[in-house]
Amino acid sequence: MSVDADTVRRIAHLARIGVKDSEVSHLQGELNAMLKFVEQLEEVNVDGVEPMTSVTPMAMKKRADVVNDGDIADDIVKNAPETQDHFFLVPKVVE
Amino acid sequence: MTDLTSLTLSEARDGLARKSFTSLELTEAHLKAMEAARALNAFVLETPDRARDMAKAADGNIAKGAGGPLAGIPLGIKDLFATKDVRTTACSKILGNFVPTYESTITSQLWRDGAVLLGKLNNDEFAMGSSNETSCFGPVVNPWRREGSNTSLVPGGSSGGSASAVAALLCMGATATDTGGSIRQPAAFTATVGMKPTYGRCSRWGIVAFASSLDQAGPIGRTVRDASILMRSMAGHDPKDTTSVARPVPDYEAAIGKSVKGMKIGIPKEYRLDGMPAEIEKLWSEGAAWLKAAGAELVEVSLPHTKYALPAYYIVAPAEASSNLARYDGVRYGLRVPGRAIADLYENTRAEGFGAEVRRRVMIGTYVLSAGYYDAYYLRAQKVRTLIKKDFEDCFARGVNAILTPATPSAAFGVGEKGGADPVEMYLNDIFTVTVNMAGLPGIAVPAGKDSQSLPLGLQLIGRPFDEETLFSLGEVIEQAAGRFTPMKWW
Repeated sequence: MSVDADTVRRIAHLARIGVKDSEVSHLQGELNAMLKFVEQLEEVNVDGVEPMTSVTPMAMKKRADVVNDGDIADDIVKNAPETQDHFFLVPKVVE
Repeated sequence: MTDLTSLTLSEARDGLARKSFTSLELTEAHLKAMEAARALNAFVLETPDRARDMAKAADGNIAKGAGGPLAGIPLGIKDLFATKDVRTTACSKILGNFVPTYESTITSQLWRDGAVLLGKLNNDEFAMGSSNETSCFGPVVNPWRREGSNTSLVPGGSSGGSASAVAALLCMGATATDTGGSIRQPAAFTATVGMKPTYGRCSRWGIVAFASSLDQAGPIGRTVRDASILMRSMAGHDPKDTTSVARPVPDYEAAIGKSVKGMKIGIPKEYRLDGMPAEIEKLWSEGAAWLKAAGAELVEVSLPHTKYALPAYYIVAPAEASSNLARYDGVRYGLRVPGRAIADLYENTRAEGFGAEVRRRVMIGTYVLSAGYYDAYYLRAQKVRTLIKKDFEDCFARGVNAILTPATPSAAFGVGEKGGADPVEMYLNDIFTVTVNMAGLPGIAVPAGKDSQSLPLGLQLIGRPFDEETLFSLGEVIEQAAGRFTPMKWW
């Protein structure tokens, strides 16, 4: 399988990465090189094989359903580029 | 007094305990070495004031007889580990001037045990790379050079700053992380010792995530013993990481010097690649001979799905990365490039903030997870991963204690030499190491010899889950036989 220029633009949009028209053909080449490399997986017989979901056999750990953190709003917004009163600022979303 | 930077970590620890010198003296010596080695670009942030404060505190504790296992030992920390009040960037423009308000579990354990922070170490952006050339701070230079040449060589990656700094004697040891070979490949390129522990052995909490099912932190040290000492402080259960395993942490150093007599060492025939350089082949046989001379038994083993590990990795790792890196949106932290609507803000920020390799991997990961392609790519790769792990399980079930392989297919290469036209050329560096991440196993890279241009080469030992101790014992045998390798100082 290989990707065309439109697919490259669609993937970029899904990944929310702005791509200039001048970059599309270069990216297309790179992505197709990677897809060509992974093509060899098609020769592996995977009939009846379980997909790996956890590399070490373990039961998911659970913790008590209690509040164990909080009151750190200053910390949370400390590295944010634009904030106001402990809120993150974004461009207007709802007209 | 001899130059304190030439000591190993274990020698420095013993010297501090005997009060032959202070941590402040040891730390000053390393700060001086660090400043003099800026040409290597190994450190992206130097923290000399903090280092001196921590060294003085350690000296106080040592005087009171209350020093921990790493009391007063100056270390470098890969810039992927969150360090409280100390800038942490993953060497990506998108994290900008991110200053964590928290400490990663692993580094907090190192400080608990008395270690001293010298600074933050360069790495490939988000740990994506095999040469440390994708860092937004520029490439790290390997302290090793080809004989009679001034060409700058890469230290490997992604933990290139860690490997370079340890090899150049700028720090006594370093933290590193390994998703497909990022501890072991740079260790092999710089004649240092790199241990990638079993998945779940060390907490991932507070480490910038790349591919969560593969990422595992570990140490890079000057010797096998040094790596074992660091490993004990880094390992341990952490309730904050759901994949961290609740098992007691052994005294890894006790494994150094333990007999390997009667151990069964697997030599996997699939690692004998077509066109493998004769030097690598020779190194591998030499390593096998050393282990045999120490009483181990060599057996040929088969790991039939080896060749599929790298392609499967280049589906699984980018898929997880595309999900993990979704958090960099220009809203909550890091870089923000304005846009008219919020989607423009995201797209502009991520276009500007991610480097070429990261963008490529996020895009391929997005593609293999997208509707219509998930089964063909991602699900198939996850099934292949099951088969890769089963290869190892079958091998260990037949009584094999560890597997010996080359660490890399070549010695260090020149800056700018690889991966320019085809990204896959660079990916092939990890061909011997990536299987270990896919199977969640421990692996150690140990310096074992030099190539015809006098560049170091390493061997890899792969162990059973949670049997890092056997790898330290076997690694010590190789180190004793091969000797230690130190680069000639030119910087």
